[in-house]
Amino acid sequence: MIHSLFLVNASGDIFLEKHWKSVVSRSVCDYFFEALERATEPENVPPVIPTPHHYLINVLRHRIYFVAVIQSEVPPLFVIEFLHRVVDTFQDYFGVCTEAAIKDNVVVVYELLEEMLDNGFPLATESNILKELIKPPTILRTVVNTITGSTNVGEQLPTGQLSVVPWRRTGVKYTNNEAYFDVVEEIDAIIDKSGSTITAEIQGVIDACVKLTGMPDLTLSFMNPRLLDDVSFHPCVRFKRWEAERILSFIPPDGNFRLLSYHVSSQNLVAIPVYVKHNISFREGSSQGRFELTLGPKQTMGKAVESVLVSSQLPRGVLNANLNPSQGTYTFDPVTKLHINVATNCYWQLLSWDVGKINPQKLPSLKGSMSLQAGASKPDENPTINIQFKIQQLAISGLKVNRLDMYGEKYKPFKGIKYMTKAGKFQVRT
Amino acid sequence: MMTKHVRNLLSLLQENRGLGSKMTDSKYFTTTKKGEIFELKAELNSDKKEKKKEAVKKVIASMTVGKDVSALFPDVVNCMQTDNLELKKLVYLYLMNYAKSQPDMAIMAVNTFVKDCEDPNPLIRALAVRTMGCIRVDKITEYLCEPLRKCLKDEDPYVRKTAAVCVAKLHDINAQLVEDQGFLDTLKDLISDSNPMVVANAVAALSEIAESHPNSNLLDLNPQTINKLLTALNECTEWGQIFILDCLANYTPRDDRESQSICERVTPRLSHANSAVVLSAVKVLMKFMEMLPKDLDYYGTLLKKLAPPLVTLLSAEPELQYVALRNINLIVQKRPEILKHEMKVFFVKYNDPIYVKLEKLDIMIRLASQANIAQVLAELKEYATEVDVDFVRKAVRAIGRCAIKVEQSAERCVSTLLDLIQTKVNYVVQEAIVVIKDIFRKYPNKYESVIATLCENLDSLDEPEARAAMIWIVGEYAERIDNADELLESFLEGFHDESTQVQLQLLTAIVKLFLKKPTETQELVQQVLSLATQDSDNPDLRDRGYIYWRLLSTDPVAAKEVVLAEKPLISEETDLIEPTLLEELICHIGTLASVYHKPPSAFVEGSRGVQHKRLPARAGSGESAESPDVGQSGPAEAPPAVIPSQGDLLGDLLNLDLAPPTATIPSVQPSMQMGAMDLLGGGLDSLLGGDIGGSPSMGAGLGAAPAAMPAALGSAPAVGGGLGDLFDLGGGVGMPTGAYVAPKTVWLPAMKAKGLEISGTFARRGGIIQMDLSLTNKAMSVMTDFAIQFNRNSFGLAPAGPLQVLTPLSPNQTIDVSLPLSTSGPVMKMEPLNNLQVAVKNNIDVFYFSCQYPLSLLFVEDGKMERQVFLATWKDIPNDNEAQFQIKDIHLNSDAASNKLQGSNIFTIAKRTVEGQDMLYQSVKLTNAIWVLAEMRIQTGNPNYTLSIKCRAPEVSQFVYQCYELVLKN
Repeated sequence: MIHSLFLVNASGDIFLEKHWKSVVSRSVCDYFFEALERATEPENVPPVIPTPHHYLINVLRHRIYFVAVIQSEVPPLFVIEFLHRVVDTFQDYFGVCTEAAIKDNVVVVYELLEEMLDNGFPLATESNILKELIKPPTILRTVVNTITGSTNVGEQLPTGQLSVVPWRRTGVKYTNNEAYFDVVEEIDAIIDKSGSTITAEIQGVIDACVKLTGMPDLTLSFMNPRLLDDVSFHPCVRFKRWEAERILSFIPPDGNFRLLSYHVSSQNLVAIPVYVKHNISFREGSSQGRFELTLGPKQTMGKAVESVLVSSQLPRGVLNANLNPSQGTYTFDPVTKLHINVATNCYWQLLSWDVGKINPQKLPSLKGSMSLQAGASKPDENPTINIQFKIQQLAISGLKVNRLDMYGEKYKPFKGIKYMTKAGKFQVRT
Repeated sequence: MMTKHVRNLLSLLQENRGLGSKMTDSKYFTTTKKGEIFELKAELNSDKKEKKKEAVKKVIASMTVGKDVSALFPDVVNCMQTDNLELKKLVYLYLMNYAKSQPDMAIMAVNTFVKDCEDPNPLIRALAVRTMGCIRVDKITEYLCEPLRKCLKDEDPYVRKTAAVCVAKLHDINAQLVEDQGFLDTLKDLISDSNPMVVANAVAALSEIAESHPNSNLLDLNPQTINKLLTALNECTEWGQIFILDCLANYTPRDDRESQSICERVTPRLSHANSAVVLSAVKVLMKFMEMLPKDLDYYGTLLKKLAPPLVTLLSAEPELQYVALRNINLIVQKRPEILKHEMKVFFVKYNDPIYVKLEKLDIMIRLASQANIAQVLAELKEYATEVDVDFVRKAVRAIGRCAIKVEQSAERCVSTLLDLIQTKVNYVVQEAIVVIKDIFRKYPNKYESVIATLCENLDSLDEPEARAAMIWIVGEYAERIDNADELLESFLEGFHDESTQVQLQLLTAIVKLFLKKPTETQELVQQVLSLATQDSDNPDLRDRGYIYWRLLSTDPVAAKEVVLAEKPLISEETDLIEPTLLEELICHIGTLASVYHKPPSAFVEGSRGVQHKRLPARAGSGESAESPDVGQSGPAEAPPAVIPSQGDLLGDLLNLDLAPPTATIPSVQPSMQMGAMDLLGGGLDSLLGGDIGGSPSMGAGLGAAPAAMPAALGSAPAVGGGLGDLFDLGGGVGMPTGAYVAPKTVWLPAMKAKGLEISGTFARRGGIIQMDLSLTNKAMSVMTDFAIQFNRNSFGLAPAGPLQVLTPLSPNQTIDVSLPLSTSGPVMKMEPLNNLQVAVKNNIDVFYFSCQYPLSLLFVEDGKMERQVFLATWKDIPNDNEAQFQIKDIHLNSDAASNKLQGSNIFTIAKRTVEGQDMLYQSVKLTNAIWVLAEMRIQTGNPNYTLSIKCRAPEVSQFVYQCYELVLKN
């Protein structure tokens, strides 16, 4: 099982270590640092690194490497999932998961890690249970604790720990009872030069924020549940009911949680909401190149495409670009190579064009010329264009919630459903 | 390292100078000045609770950044006796870290632990037992036993579940103690606990303990415990589900029903949000579905259910994707049908991390088939223009692998590679040349037209592998390249600066050239031989040089045979995982072994043994009574002759259902050494074709193979009642019929069947048609799970029972099997008429071959016609149907001939002698009730017989004649 955990920051320093069994010397991380050095980009560090006596399994989130040390045969996915859970917990507790936040709360972090893993076996990873055991720091509580000397450690066994619904504690009380569901879909797509779709798929999630008193039992049904043939549920969802009736029936955790995630595969037709017309060309023997890019809406079901951001890594050898956007602003940074935006796991490209909203009457375009380094030959590679966008009030797969009902409690809750479509890894080849 | 910490702290200090710093824990880092320990000591011994707690927090903070605060041990332990839970927890944290370095001091804490184990608050009881287990000090463990025993039986499940893990901890420290105290039995009892979380933790603890005792049988799985685990599976946490699923995967169900019911209860886990749960569930299903009959509806449903969760794993974080992809790689090799329609999800996004890109590429090639090859090639070509050089190289290689894998696409691949060569991008050109060499080896004499283009790029090649590949091509096709000698000579100039790979290749290429164009190149060959033998320090190069030299000088003809011998074709299989390893890895899906594609034994530290896991066998053929009609309903449409297995053919594995139609006597014939002789004759030749290194001495090794078979058979219990009959039948000793049986010939050479060689013959013994097979394993791994299936054929021949290979066929072993045949199979006219297409399956693949059987196989015992009927029939059959044949060189008199023929059920009805000429009238009846009438004329003194055959189905005449000839001549 998981032996030890090291946290390593972006500059390669270990800033926290935790051992669940015997102490493993931090020199074991040298193997990790070697791999880090070899990697061309920070995210190219292989997730599993063998060392003579241990295996290092790491994840990179929020510019921090979480390096777990294992000694015997342990399912790597188990370790990776757990590490992600650690990150989520930190974020949940401290609002952000940064080196500074972790150091500011090092004792809580330690208590949390101790509570999450016992002898390498996961003990309590549900946010609800953890919060009963160790209260999250708030400014108020910190102040109060400093003055009164009270503690942020729960004295009683969390009620949910052993119940059949470990994700919910008893005795939840709210004055305003509300249940909100966000259907968020991301389109991953590769579009080829000619504009035809090579692959497109939708990753959807339903995130919920449920603040309901007592032990409510909810059912959520869809107009078109047939779309959901590849789903992953929160453990609270009753699988049998879904199999039989295609209805989501569950006792919700308290607060924010991901009810389900689903995947609409490339075999179904996926609507592509934007198109790109592009002409990026270099002439043989000339140091100038042309750059033209026009965006337009495609299958948007009448909704506006907003927050459009185009980015592209121009070929090596391109020294400068002199471009003219019809709307929005663009940046071209020829000096700094590849910034990494770790949060989205995307390159922050050399060329980035913040378009804003697409007006179908006046299509946004970015046109101009690029100049090559003197003497550089015509670049071999064709840049890929990355597009981000958002469409409010639309689930591009067509998924629609039919109704939400509550049983088990008498009050009437506020209910709300929101839809949104975003670009995931949406790439256009040129 | 230390300087790093200091830097850390300093930067921390700077960061937290602000107002907020007083509020947060970072204040604990701020005292870095001298005398810190002393100061802390004072604070720890303070009377004020608050001050104490703050001090302990400071100590913990120092500990987390790797500072040594062990000197404070007694002071911290003094703070343990408190009713403040946070303080208690903090002290426990400290204790776990430092108890080992201060064992004597640690004893001080024992009393408090023991007391806390009795606390009314279950949280504190659990905390105490949990912490105690983490203190890895022998002296403390003795005191731990009593509290632990109580906690294992605690009324509160939270305490029990914590105690279960504690047993594993204790076992890690002192295994003997745990056994002596009987904790293992208590742990086993916990598997039946009413609380699912307790069950899950007990399973986890037992699994961990079992890992260090591979043969301890700790997790004694039986249907009852399995049932309990499955119940707990639905109710425990995600982590518990992983433990339980991994434990289930070790179980071997008794039969396919149990297997199915487990699969049914595990399937819902595929929809879990935790990818580790999903992958563990996939492991259980992959293993257990091996036992399900393939014709079962449920089997198909299950296959369909496996694809979506695997695809979903690919939308997770890149680290998860990576592990998932490594496992999918295995799954795709084992069961390509699961993901064959999902090619697109493996297309590479340009900002995928490189480790994900490379894995996706590999899987794309494994899934490539004729149906999707156009798409795949278009993608690969796109990748070849990306920025990352490593990835581009792999993409170019992938194009070559596609060409080798999907024969129909080879031409397209070659033209894609040529396009890429035109880009003149240096590393692309070099990779392309390396893979084109492989394509030449797979499809010799097919794409030589591109050689000219390749030669144009000769100068740009600077990597050894590419240079060696190019030289190989020039040498191999020297006769078609006009200036081959110039090209090779140009390489020769810098001979000593080349890498060994290139030097060796150059030597061989020039020798090849010399053998092809001896007149013009004598000088060149002498030059290279002297360079290699006299001026080189490399022993490999020198040795090869000497060998060539001697060969050329003593026997140029032999040299030609050796150097220019036909090379074995390369195939896609070279990069497949060996089947036995694959099987083992499938049993370890989701583990480190599956990530590294290495056997699990390679991962466990030290000498701890690992049990090799195998996939369970499919439900035994004895139970096929449930599906008696399968044999007929799904015969494999086997294409004729030997075909190298390819992706889409593997799919046939599914159709190839091998349940026998009837419960006939299984027949295994241990006919000892006879087979071994043939094996040497036929098999070895084909194996050695082109291999220079193979000397006759190899034969000895092979010949010794068919060891101890009968003994092994005798102990095989599975055959049941049939076994008694088996030997009588198969032994073939006392058979009165003198039927001629042709010697075995090689039907399926090992080269074309991944090391399985099949030779065989047909015989008719006592009215039963038998196919006598010798299966020889010439591969490195054990072969199992043999099965056989015929394509429809002219006379409806079909296996009357399963292919009984009861023991695994180890490398170099030969086993002889007699397969009884029936003639009740589906009928389809074949060309030639007696052609039989056979598919043989083993654990590695399905192989196809075709063979021809003598028609005499079908001559039935009651084929003797009444004289009157004979006469009438003879007249009745039109003269057009009469065929005449000459049988030459027979030195038998008519009686002897007649006797001999009778042995093969060709019956003489009457004999007439006219003018010194014997006329024999004979009849034959085929299994499908076709009568064949014959008149054989034998002239005394003339060794040539004349045979006239009349039959209503004149097609058979020729084959009947062949039987005559065969029987009479042998």
